[in-house]
Amino acid sequence: MSSTTNTTTIGTIGAPSRRNTELAMLVFAVLIPVFAYVNVGLAKDGSVPAGVLGYSLGLGLLAGVAHLVVRKWAPYADPLMLPIATLLNGLGLIFIWRLDQEPSLGKAMAPNQLMWSTLGVAFFLAILIFLKDHRVLQRYTYISMVVALILLVAPVFFPGVNGAKIWITIPGLGSLQPGEFAKIIIAIFFAGYLMVKRDALALASRRFMGLYLPRGRDLGPILVIWALSLMILVFETDLGTSLLFFGLFVVMLYVATERTSWIVFGLLLSAGGAVAVATFESHVQTRVHNWLNPLELLDGGVTETAQAMYSFGSGGILGSGLGQGYSRLILGIAPKSDYILATVGEEVGLAGLMAILLLYGLLIERGIRTALAARDPFGKLLSIGLSGAFALQVFVVAGGVTGLIPLTGMTMPFLAQGGSSVIANWALVAILLRISDTARRPAPAPAPSTDAEMTQVVRP
Amino acid sequence: MNKPLRRVAIFCGLLVLALLVRVNWVQFVQGDALKNDPHNRRVAIERYSTPRGNIIVDGKAITGSTTTDSGDFKYKRTYKNGKMWAPVTGYASQAFDANQLEKLNDGILTGTDDRLFFSRTVDMFTGGKQKGGNVVTTLDAKAQKAAYDGLGKQKGAVAAINPETGAILALASTPSYDPSTFAGMSNKDAEAYNGLQKKSDPDEPMLNRALRQTYPPGSTFKVVTASAALQNGLYHDVDANTRSPLPYTLPDTSGLPLKNEGNIPCKDASLRQALRYSCNTVFGKISADLGNKKMKAEAEKFGFNDPGINTPVRASESIYPTDNRPQNAMAGIGQASNRATPLQMAMVASAVANGGKLMKPYMVDQLVAPNLNVVQQHTPQEMSRPLSPENAQKVQSIMETVVKEGTGTSAQIPGITVGGKTGTAQHGENNKDNPYAWFISYAKTDKGTPVAVAVVIEGSDTLRDDIAGGRLAAPIAKSVMQAVIEGEK
Repeated sequence: MSSTTNTTTIGTIGAPSRRNTELAMLVFAVLIPVFAYVNVGLAKDGSVPAGVLGYSLGLGLLAGVAHLVVRKWAPYADPLMLPIATLLNGLGLIFIWRLDQEPSLGKAMAPNQLMWSTLGVAFFLAILIFLKDHRVLQRYTYISMVVALILLVAPVFFPGVNGAKIWITIPGLGSLQPGEFAKIIIAIFFAGYLMVKRDALALASRRFMGLYLPRGRDLGPILVIWALSLMILVFETDLGTSLLFFGLFVVMLYVATERTSWIVFGLLLSAGGAVAVATFESHVQTRVHNWLNPLELLDGGVTETAQAMYSFGSGGILGSGLGQGYSRLILGIAPKSDYILATVGEEVGLAGLMAILLLYGLLIERGIRTALAARDPFGKLLSIGLSGAFALQVFVVAGGVTGLIPLTGMTMPFLAQGGSSVIANWALVAILLRISDTARRPAPAPAPSTDAEMTQVVRP
Repeated sequence: MNKPLRRVAIFCGLLVLALLVRVNWVQFVQGDALKNDPHNRRVAIERYSTPRGNIIVDGKAITGSTTTDSGDFKYKRTYKNGKMWAPVTGYASQAFDANQLEKLNDGILTGTDDRLFFSRTVDMFTGGKQKGGNVVTTLDAKAQKAAYDGLGKQKGAVAAINPETGAILALASTPSYDPSTFAGMSNKDAEAYNGLQKKSDPDEPMLNRALRQTYPPGSTFKVVTASAALQNGLYHDVDANTRSPLPYTLPDTSGLPLKNEGNIPCKDASLRQALRYSCNTVFGKISADLGNKKMKAEAEKFGFNDPGINTPVRASESIYPTDNRPQNAMAGIGQASNRATPLQMAMVASAVANGGKLMKPYMVDQLVAPNLNVVQQHTPQEMSRPLSPENAQKVQSIMETVVKEGTGTSAQIPGITVGGKTGTAQHGENNKDNPYAWFISYAKTDKGTPVAVAVVIEGSDTLRDDIAGGRLAAPIAKSVMQAVIEGEK
């Protein structure tokens, strides 16, 4: 009885492992970027690029090892996440390499990105191997909070780049975007904290005008987080990260308490905060202005926002073809990171861009499915937190670049150039895989119940 | 916790959906507008990615293309004798867009015009590169050269038309500019372009004076006044007494006299004598007698007050205004607030020469696809009939007298019948600026009337009498007419 009335679509007993499905899809996830690589080479130089063999072997090897490790250490994990992450990462590498062919866009970044991707996959493997059970993370609830706060505050002490203070610079190693890692660690803290406090937050409240008003001491944390996210915004001028953390917290609170009032509070608070900050922060005002007037000319020249719009428009439905666009026209801040979607839009067109957005959508929904399937509240909260953060990040970046919402500086997960980002997102996928492995693992066979047998005897 | 989880799942799905809707909006709905936005550099890159088609005069290209190795643009426009042809071609610059024929026929010249769809499709299948088509003009290279050389260092313009078809034969404007100097996009090109702007060169070399500058037409407007007198039945015989007093006082003024240039026999002169000597008193009186309404109607039949004279390059609107009686009398001698472009005055001469029928002026005969198929062929169109054939004969006869024994003798061509009218238009308050010397004329051969021409020269400070048009402008008109007639033979 209990197994058939389960509300999740995944049965508790006998879910197939789907490892072979994963392998088959991984083949595609490797082949597509390899073909794309050849395509760029043919378009730019008329010849197959020299590195194609090395690149395909490298990507194939990474995917193969990842697959074997998943097969061995997380045999019941979701079969879609690894192929999607591999495909997105592979395509990202191709687009960065393609942009490296434009000398006006600065030094080559693809080799570095390849190194960071390898490190990311290594990190992914390490998590799968050493993190036997995600519930171990629950022990580090308060340590996570401290680490997350340190990571978030750290960039204040380093010089800003392009108007946003989101980097910390380590001499000799380069720069690091701690916000990317903080995203995961703060989700761990929220999941741990909310699992303990959810009953207090959900039940100990007064009803007022149809809304449940929580007690002051329970409301405390959300106000603290709200204040903190605004402070990040003000001191680091990082719109994206503050939105991400605040949204993450509200979503997790809502899921933990099942109270819609949290959403209402969240929206009210963020709206109030946004308006308050926008009134005195010129950086934010500029972003909003650019969003409202995307094609405006600045000093007689075309702005970066307009260039991105032109890229999208010129790509049209089918795109100009890989390597045949004019991404070099987006000379501004970040054609290889924040604005990489513009190149995607121009060169593979609406069709390709929609396919990539759907891949993100699929990855997000697989994460949420993992949350649904998870049997422990901590696992549920952690996986919804991670998927929610991922979803918000995709929305904020893609929405910003395409002009749906004001632009905020964040990287497109996996696709965009950036070491911290790619490592953090591989870690995120690893944790989700670990949770889904636990969730989909067949439950031990139920012990024979003597009661049940007796009932059957009585039955006519 | 599953219920809120499902809701969050729906919310995330909506976020992705919103992104999908947005990219469809940007790339599909707005796609074409963004793609063709003039600030989208891809438009210019595309435009200069293949050699541009040519503008053709007398079967020869007066433009060309050359490869450049700088920047995004592969090809650059070149011009043969650019200064002479600039009023016809306009310019096409990588940095400064294009104008006139280059701009109006950009689709044909770059090969992106829809009418070239077939040839493009063929190119696509045969793997050929997209090519531009050609624009075949009606201009006459010899006439253009005569006009341009005739103007020389003086500031002015020439417009010549074939009266029978309306085909523009010459269109010169000086000082001119060479569009080649800023066809590219280097700093040198920018310097050249900025140097040609009004603020750095007050002579405005980039102004197309033949089409875009209006001048007071001066005495050449008397041809229109004479036509109005005949058309409205004020006089029937060009040799009859016009009963004009001398001195003549402007109507509605307290004795303000309308003067003649010098001591000329204008009292009771016939129309022929009045035009021959360029009598202000006679034509001022005609204009006053006919009244503003009738004068304006006749001027409009000749093409005044029409803002839409597209050759296809748009000519500025020539004006004959609604005005009070003294002003209207002054307008009759081309000296009030009426203004005309050189093209407009060439149209006046051409209508008279063509038996009273005004043909629509045009300068693009054919648009030709890269495979030499004709995409569009111009057929001559009648614009209006300002004169009846009989009255046209009469006006021709008095204009021929002007050249035979009047102020326009320097336009005489042996063996050819030439009709003309001189003009010197005063301008500036109290006549303080240099006058404009005008001459309009046409030439008739035994085969027909191949050419009508208008010449205007700005600012010759030595001459202020009515002979100025005859001395300065008429020889240029003469050489243009000769060039056309020689080409006919």
